[in-house]
Amino acid sequence: MKTSMNRRNFLKTTGAISASLVVGFNTSGALAASDSGAQTDTLSNAFNPFVMIDDSGVVTVLTKHFEMGQGTTTGLTTLVAEEMDLDWSQVKVGFAPSHDDYKNLAFGGQGTGGSTAIGNSYTQYRQAGAAARDMLVRAAADAWGVEADSVSMSEGILSSGDNKGSIGDFVKAAAALKPVAEPALKSMADFKLIGKDKLPRKDSFAKTTGTATFAMDVKVPNMVYVTILRSPKFGGTLKSFEAGDAASVNGFVDAKALPNKAGVAIYANSTWAAIKARKSITAEWDDSGADARGTAEMVSEYTDKLNADPTYDVTGKGDLAAVEKAAASAEKSVSADFMFPLLAHAPMEPLNCVIEPTAEGGLRLHDGCQFPMITHPTLAAIAELPPEKVEIETYYAGGSFGRRANGASDYHVEAIMAYLALGGTKAVKLVWTREDDLAGGFYRPMSAQRATISIGDDGKIANWAHRTVAQSIFKGGPLEGMAVHEGVDHFSVEGIVDTPYQLPMSIGLTDYESPMPVLWWRSVGHSQSGYTMEVLMDMAAEAAGADPVEFRLAHLDESVEDQARFAGVLKLAAEKSGWDGKPMKGKGRGIAVHKSFNSYVAEVIEVSVNDKGAISIDKATCAVDCGIAVNPDVVRAQLEGALGYGLGAIMRNQVTMTDGVVDQKNFPDYEPLRITDMPDVEVHIVESELAPSGVGEPGLPPAGPALANAIYAATGKRITKLPLESNGVTFA
Amino acid sequence: MAIQLKINGETKEVNADADTPLLWVIRDELNMTGTKFGCGVASCGSCTVHIDGQPQRSCVFPVSAVGEAEVTTIEAVSTPQAKAVQAAWQELDVVQCGYCQSGQIMSAIGLLSSNAKPSDEDIDAYMGGNACRCATYQRIRAAIHRASDMLEA
Ligand code: FES
Ligand code: FES
Repeated sequence: MKTSMNRRNFLKTTGAISASLVVGFNTSGALAASDSGAQTDTLSNAFNPFVMIDDSGVVTVLTKHFEMGQGTTTGLTTLVAEEMDLDWSQVKVGFAPSHDDYKNLAFGGQGTGGSTAIGNSYTQYRQAGAAARDMLVRAAADAWGVEADSVSMSEGILSSGDNKGSIGDFVKAAAALKPVAEPALKSMADFKLIGKDKLPRKDSFAKTTGTATFAMDVKVPNMVYVTILRSPKFGGTLKSFEAGDAASVNGFVDAKALPNKAGVAIYANSTWAAIKARKSITAEWDDSGADARGTAEMVSEYTDKLNADPTYDVTGKGDLAAVEKAAASAEKSVSADFMFPLLAHAPMEPLNCVIEPTAEGGLRLHDGCQFPMITHPTLAAIAELPPEKVEIETYYAGGSFGRRANGASDYHVEAIMAYLALGGTKAVKLVWTREDDLAGGFYRPMSAQRATISIGDDGKIANWAHRTVAQSIFKGGPLEGMAVHEGVDHFSVEGIVDTPYQLPMSIGLTDYESPMPVLWWRSVGHSQSGYTMEVLMDMAAEAAGADPVEFRLAHLDESVEDQARFAGVLKLAAEKSGWDGKPMKGKGRGIAVHKSFNSYVAEVIEVSVNDKGAISIDKATCAVDCGIAVNPDVVRAQLEGALGYGLGAIMRNQVTMTDGVVDQKNFPDYEPLRITDMPDVEVHIVESELAPSGVGEPGLPPAGPALANAIYAATGKRITKLPLESNGVTFA
Repeated sequence: MAIQLKINGETKEVNADADTPLLWVIRDELNMTGTKFGCGVASCGSCTVHIDGQPQRSCVFPVSAVGEAEVTTIEAVSTPQAKAVQAAWQELDVVQCGYCQSGQIMSAIGLLSSNAKPSDEDIDAYMGGNACRCATYQRIRAAIHRASDMLEA
């Protein structure tokens, strides 16, 4: 998957031409630098810029990750600013172009996901900053005829004795030097920005003044707007279509079958005309390969598979049914079946992108692009262009929650098909409506799980038999090799098979098959396993007659770092929430703890029940251990957001089907969490010197079970089939 | 048809069908892209603008119904309430993806313009139609209180 782009072009188009010192990494991962030409370093090797400093002393950090709200533009900038000791207002941020060498070091290609942005960039961006600093210091020392170690640099000013100058004055001389291979990085004790509370977000101003540009806001010359009429059933293909009176819609341009028969592209001179004209188009679909099942059938198929012998023996312990039988016959035992619905991501910005022809005979994609490593070669292949003729310009993305990271690059493929169908001379802007989004597939898969647990004489879990049926996300996709081993898609059982709890587990897995495309949804398999694990731990604690916190701690060995961190957040959340295990009148408290993406999060949720039996979610207390919190306020924001996103889904969201057609049309049928639902959230961050891990997703898995356990404490209702509202739970 | 639209202190002539939602005229014709499209059915609030100072969902507001009224978008809000809301939003770093935030801010300005000292309940009631998929609600509440304090000071 080799992609490349003309880097000189990129620097031109980003207006960074006045940059005089450019520092980055070359293809072999070594530090490199040059002056503003920037396509090659002093050894004439091509390299990718990470930091650019212009002669007025303004520093621009290029982020290889996109910004969907998770705070990367602030985070990566902090790393560079820290090593360069910059004044925060002196640093700007820009999105890197699509290029293979802007790899996410966690997955070997350019892309954002899996809560990896800070973790994989932590050393790299600091090195880029430290190298730039070192070169500037050496350049100043040369100019002043002093020793480099007498030169200090702070807030963009270099000084040594009576000598003083702005970093901008030395960029030219610095660019002539070679970067050292391993610049010294600051020690934690010297951090001023990393870990500093309330460092303002880099994107706040633009996003509060209507000036932040999302792909939805892009308009290029000679552009038409496109909507797509798609098969109502997954797997259906276009047979034929009638334009009806689409032509009577003002602004209608044309309608064409997509070359891959995935639908009809409707072209118009405005978004509204493209939306309106689509209503006049009728199509005939070939449904021979389509899925016509409804949700009830799917649920019963999941249940049948759950009852049958699992395909994969994940833990290699043999006969699962025998373990279940033994566990169920123990004096104290617990068993439960869980069912999770399909979920849509529904990012606030409906999917869209713009493709335009370039002067060089290639094409340029404008997109809130999450996976350039997939999208770039995909577009090149379909357009039959060499990869270097494809450019991607990245914009702020109005949320993703996993939806934009798509192994099939689904909406980009639609856009390029629509672009080619029109002849490849006009720019096209593909716009999805919310209806398209909710019906558009790539859902969080359903999952059915069953656990049978016995409690031994010591009051601890003696046996835990677990079976899972889920549609694999990774099989058949580009990341299959990373995720699937001996048939087992790790993401179908993550959070169970690798739980930090010391549990004697036997796990079986069966895949569910369907032409309906499924996708990772914020926290992937943990969005389900967090729920099953932590509801079950509560049930087991009750069967053992133990306090839920004490019971969990009894299954952790705190001499092991992983388990100590897990126990640490559990205790912290319990303490901060005033957990005392005592029943409260008309109220309930629930706790849950889960590890995902190498971060540890515990959450306590407090609910109250009104006189009509409706639940209010009053308060959430979160504790997180994510290693060093680079931007504590961003960590808090991500915890608040992941908690809210998770709660909304668990409370009331599901995508359902009737005869293969999605029932939910727009937000009223897939009601998002509202401000009225949002509890007061308190986030406590564990002080740490360990390398940072992610925070975009780990706040989600404990939210659902903490709420469910709180509802159980308040009402005695134990809910294992989601969403909660389909079990008669109402929220005030 | 040609329609005269008073928007952000100017009168603009736009060419649109009478039933075209104001949102699309603002975004596609006038190239003011701060106002966002989220649902098109008045259920998310991303498209909120002020019409004669009142927050309205522009995705369901036909351009022909604006008439003589003054439209104000996020790009041009400038009342003391608007300044306070934007400052409070920045101070508390409310935004995440930011896509809903133009609408949140336009609604919050509407709230503070009619209720200088809203309670949490007032905020929840007024802001209930503005969805935020990033769930920034806790900070939205805090920022509205903060803006209210700023205005009082
Ligand atoms: S776009 Fe108008 S309310 Fe959602
Ligand atoms: S900030 Fe992302 S939807 Fe509100």
